[in-house]
Amino acid sequence: MLDFNATLIGEMIAFAILIWFCVHFIWPHITKAIEERQIKIAEGLNAAERAHAELKDADNKVAAEIKQARQQATEIIDRAQQQANQILDKARTDAVAEINRQKAAAQDDIASMAQRAREELRERVGALAVQGASKIVQREIDPATHKLLLDQLAAEI
Amino acid sequence: MASEPQGGLTEYITHHLQHFKPVQVSGNFWSVHIDSLTVSLALGVVFCLWFWSKVRKATSGVPSKGQAFVEIVLEFVDGQVKDVFHGDRRFLGPLALTIFVWVLLMNAMDLLPVDLLPMITHQFGASHFRAVPTADLNLTFAMSLTVFLLVIFYSFKAKGFGGYMHELFTAPFGAHPLLWIPNFLLNLVELVSKPVSLSMRLFGNMYAGELVFMLIAGLFSAGSWMLFGMGIIGYTVWEIFHILIIGIQAFIFMVLTIVYISMAHDHH
Repeated sequence: MLDFNATLIGEMIAFAILIWFCVHFIWPHITKAIEERQIKIAEGLNAAERAHAELKDADNKVAAEIKQARQQATEIIDRAQQQANQILDKARTDAVAEINRQKAAAQDDIASMAQRAREELRERVGALAVQGASKIVQREIDPATHKLLLDQLAAEI
Repeated sequence: MASEPQGGLTEYITHHLQHFKPVQVSGNFWSVHIDSLTVSLALGVVFCLWFWSKVRKATSGVPSKGQAFVEIVLEFVDGQVKDVFHGDRRFLGPLALTIFVWVLLMNAMDLLPVDLLPMITHQFGASHFRAVPTADLNLTFAMSLTVFLLVIFYSFKAKGFGGYMHELFTAPFGAHPLLWIPNFLLNLVELVSKPVSLSMRLFGNMYAGELVFMLIAGLFSAGSWMLFGMGIIGYTVWEIFHILIIGIQAFIFMVLTIVYISMAHDHH
């Protein structure tokens, strides 16, 4: 049972060959595959993280842009309203000024026409007075000689 | 064989504990154990071809199930090496892997029915056959002596000739010249005990396991149905328990090898 023999040497050689085979043909290839996979996985995780961060950035950017656009829109609306108000005010003041101007012109016309009518009336009254007086006096009154008198009369009417 | 009529249990067991060799006498050096050599070499080839066939198609992408299994085994072994040894694992890793898988496969021969391989080989003219190579001292010592040589080699390599000699003669007691001899003797005992304990542990466990299997198998031919039933139960229980021992012994042999070789790298 406990006899040692050449089996020992044979098994040592076999063991050495097995170790050699494992060292050269099994271990390095499989560890290489594992290490490469580890690198791949690490890269994949990194990429995912980066993509996640980029997505977040993009979201933030979009949100900021939307906010800005909304602000701009409200600004534009405000400005437009202001402008409309200004235009309306201006139109109103213009209209008032035009009305006043027209009114003043009309009043002027009325005044001058009244003046003219008054003068005509005065002349006609003068002439009537002359005619009347000549009929009373029965003779021709020379309008040229009595011009002063007639003018005085006309001014008194 | 259980059917050998005239011998009884004692002869059955002594027959089964005989190795198959060309000359069936003790003491002949060149009369090798053909059974141990055949089974261990066959299992070594199985290990190499199995792992190599998976490794050859190894991809860093999604691995096949076979490759994943090989990777799991390798990662397990590599983890054990990494825990103990902090250096270049390009040799120690494959060494540990070879030991673990090979010893595990050889131990697993114990799980085959104790008479199966002897019965088959008997048809081809083998008078005796022991199926478990790790229950052969020649094999366990072959492995432990190889490990021992590696320990010596790495001791010299890591510390240099002078450094290793210095350590042998001055550690652990001190550098005083009077202490050189005790130091050296202690280191010698420590050194020699490594391969002896390594191989005897594995051999003892496997040999005892085999013996128990044979004893239980003796119940089958004891001639009573009661004993036959007890034999079946006992064989099953022992076999299930033995699965544990098989793994543990392979694991211990591997871990101790790693520890011894990493100790050879340590400076005192």
